[in-house]
Amino acid sequence: MHIKEHPILAFKRGRRVEFFFDGKKMWGYEGEPIAAALHANGVRVLRRSIKLNRPRGFYCAIGNCSSCLMKVNGEPNVRVCVERLEEGMVVGTQMAKGDLSRAKANPISSSGGGSGIRKTDIAVIGGGPAGLSAAISANQMGAKVTLLDRNSRIGGQLIKQTHMFFGSEKQYAFIRGIDIADILADKLDKEMTDVMLNATVLGYYREDGVLGVEENNRFTKIKPERIIVATGASEKVLAFPNNDLPGIYGAGAAQTLMNEHGVVPGNNVLMVGAGNIGLIVSYQLMQAGINVKAIIEAASKIGGYWVHASKVRRLGVPIYTSYTVKKADGRESLERVTIWQLDKNWQPLKGTEIDLNVDVMCIAVGLSPLAELLWQAGCQMKYIPELGGHTPLRGEDMQTTVKGIYVAGDVAGVEEASSAMVEGSLAGLCAAKSLGYDNGRFKELREEAINELMNLRSGPVSEGMRKGLEQLI
Amino acid sequence: MISNKDHENTIVCRCEDITLKEIRDLIKEGFKTVDEIKRISRCGMGPCQGRTCRQIVMGEIARTTGKDVSELRLSTFRAPTKNIKIGILAEAAEG
Repeated sequence: MHIKEHPILAFKRGRRVEFFFDGKKMWGYEGEPIAAALHANGVRVLRRSIKLNRPRGFYCAIGNCSSCLMKVNGEPNVRVCVERLEEGMVVGTQMAKGDLSRAKANPISSSGGGSGIRKTDIAVIGGGPAGLSAAISANQMGAKVTLLDRNSRIGGQLIKQTHMFFGSEKQYAFIRGIDIADILADKLDKEMTDVMLNATVLGYYREDGVLGVEENNRFTKIKPERIIVATGASEKVLAFPNNDLPGIYGAGAAQTLMNEHGVVPGNNVLMVGAGNIGLIVSYQLMQAGINVKAIIEAASKIGGYWVHASKVRRLGVPIYTSYTVKKADGRESLERVTIWQLDKNWQPLKGTEIDLNVDVMCIAVGLSPLAELLWQAGCQMKYIPELGGHTPLRGEDMQTTVKGIYVAGDVAGVEEASSAMVEGSLAGLCAAKSLGYDNGRFKELREEAINELMNLRSGPVSEGMRKGLEQLI
Repeated sequence: MISNKDHENTIVCRCEDITLKEIRDLIKEGFKTVDEIKRISRCGMGPCQGRTCRQIVMGEIARTTGKDVSELRLSTFRAPTKNIKIGILAEAAEG
C-alpha cells in the first residue's frame, strides 16, 4: 500500500504506470524502486534462493545486501531495491541464480566506453552528510571536487530522516534530516564540484591510485590527487531460525520504504533493538499509521536517548529489555516471531517465550562501516565494536594510514549524522590544504571543527564511542 | 538453547545459501579463519561480497576458538564492490 497521508512528508511521485509481475498486471509509480512498487502491490517474495529454494525479499533496501535480485525485462540478478520502475517493465521472480536465455544481448556501442582517465583534485565517495560536507569545505578552500554517489540523488540516508536533529545550531539542530539534505545540496558549489550520480566506485587500484567507477552503465576511471571515503555503513543482521523470511527487514530499510518511497512496510511490526534507530523508526512507523507491537532489546537497558524512548512509551508500545529473538515463522513470508528472555550471562531462559503475530520485524542492532574500498587500499583497520566493527586508523585530520586517503562519517566509525558532517568538513579542509589550497581560513576552520567534534562527543551517552575513537588516532 | 539442527534454517550467507549449522560444522572440522571458511564454502563470495555474513562468521569463530574478534584475520577485499555486467567492462576495454 502506498501511504496517502503523512503528518510530515509529501511524496513526490512519478506518473502511474503499468508493469507486469510474473505475468500479472500491476500499477506503480514511474521512478520508484521496483521493490517498492511490488511491496505496495502486496508482493514481498522477490526470489527463490540459490540452493535451498527459500523465499527471499529485500533486507537493506539501499543496494548493499543483494537479497532482492530479480529478473527484469529478461535480465537476471537485478537489484530491485534500487532499480527504478519504468512503464511496461516485465518483472519476474528469480529462481536460483537466474538464467540468461531470454535476456537480450546488448550490443557494444561503437562510441566506446570511458577510455580516458578523468583527473580531479579530490574525489569524494558518497554524497551523504559526510561527503557533502567534505565537498563543501574542500571547495571553500579552493579545491576542485568530484563527488560520486551510487544513488540517483545526493543526500545519502538523510533523505529518510524525518526527525529533528539534536546538537548545536551548526549541525542543524531542530531541523529535520530531510531538510538538511537540501540545505547541504544548496551549499555545494556547482562550479567547483562535479557531481556524478548513479556512480558506484567498484574498486581502488593501489598500483596507480585509480578508482574504477560504474556510472550509468558505463565504466570510467578517475585519478584523483586525494580521496575522501564517505561511504557510510550497512545494517547488521541477526542469526536465528528463518532469519531470511521476507518481512524481516533492516530498520533502516523499513524507514527507506516508508519515508523515502511512501510505501507501508506492513501492518504489525516487531522492532528488534532499542537504540536510537530502533526507537526513532518505531515512532516513524506509527506516524505512518502502522502498529508497532513491541520493541525488544537484548541488553538490560534501553540504549537510545530517553526522549525517543518516552515518545514511543507514551504511545503505548511495550519495550522488553533482556529479550531476544528465538525464531521467526511463516510459510512464504513472516507471520510470527517468538521472543525469549536472556539471563545475566546472555543465555536464553526456557519458559519465557512470547509469540507475537507480526508481518514485519525490523532489525535495528547496529551498523557496520562500509569499508571495502579502505581495505582494498590497504588502510590499517582496527576492530572496535563501539564503532560498529572494523574501522580505519586515522590522524586528527581524518587521513588514514594510506597517504592521500581520508575518511569521514559512518565509514570512519558509526556515530550520528551531526558528527559525520563535522568529520566531513574536517576531511575536506585537510585534504584541500594538503594540496596547497587555503582561502586563508584553514587554521581557524580546522580548529573549529575539531572543537565541535569534541563537543558532540562530550555527553555521557558517547562514552563508549569516545573510548573507541581513542584507539584510532 | 537453540539446537544446531534448528540452525539448518538460520541463514548466515544469503547470497550463497549457507546456514549457521554449516558454519558451525566447518569450524568443528577445523576451518577456523574467515578465509578458510570462505574458500571451502563460498561464504561471502556472492554479490554482496560478505557485507551480510562477515560479522556472524567472525562472531562464531571468536566464540568457538576463544579469541577476540579483533584478533581474527579477514580475507582479502577485491574489486568490484558490486555486481557489474561483463559487457560494461568489455565496452570500456574496447575504448
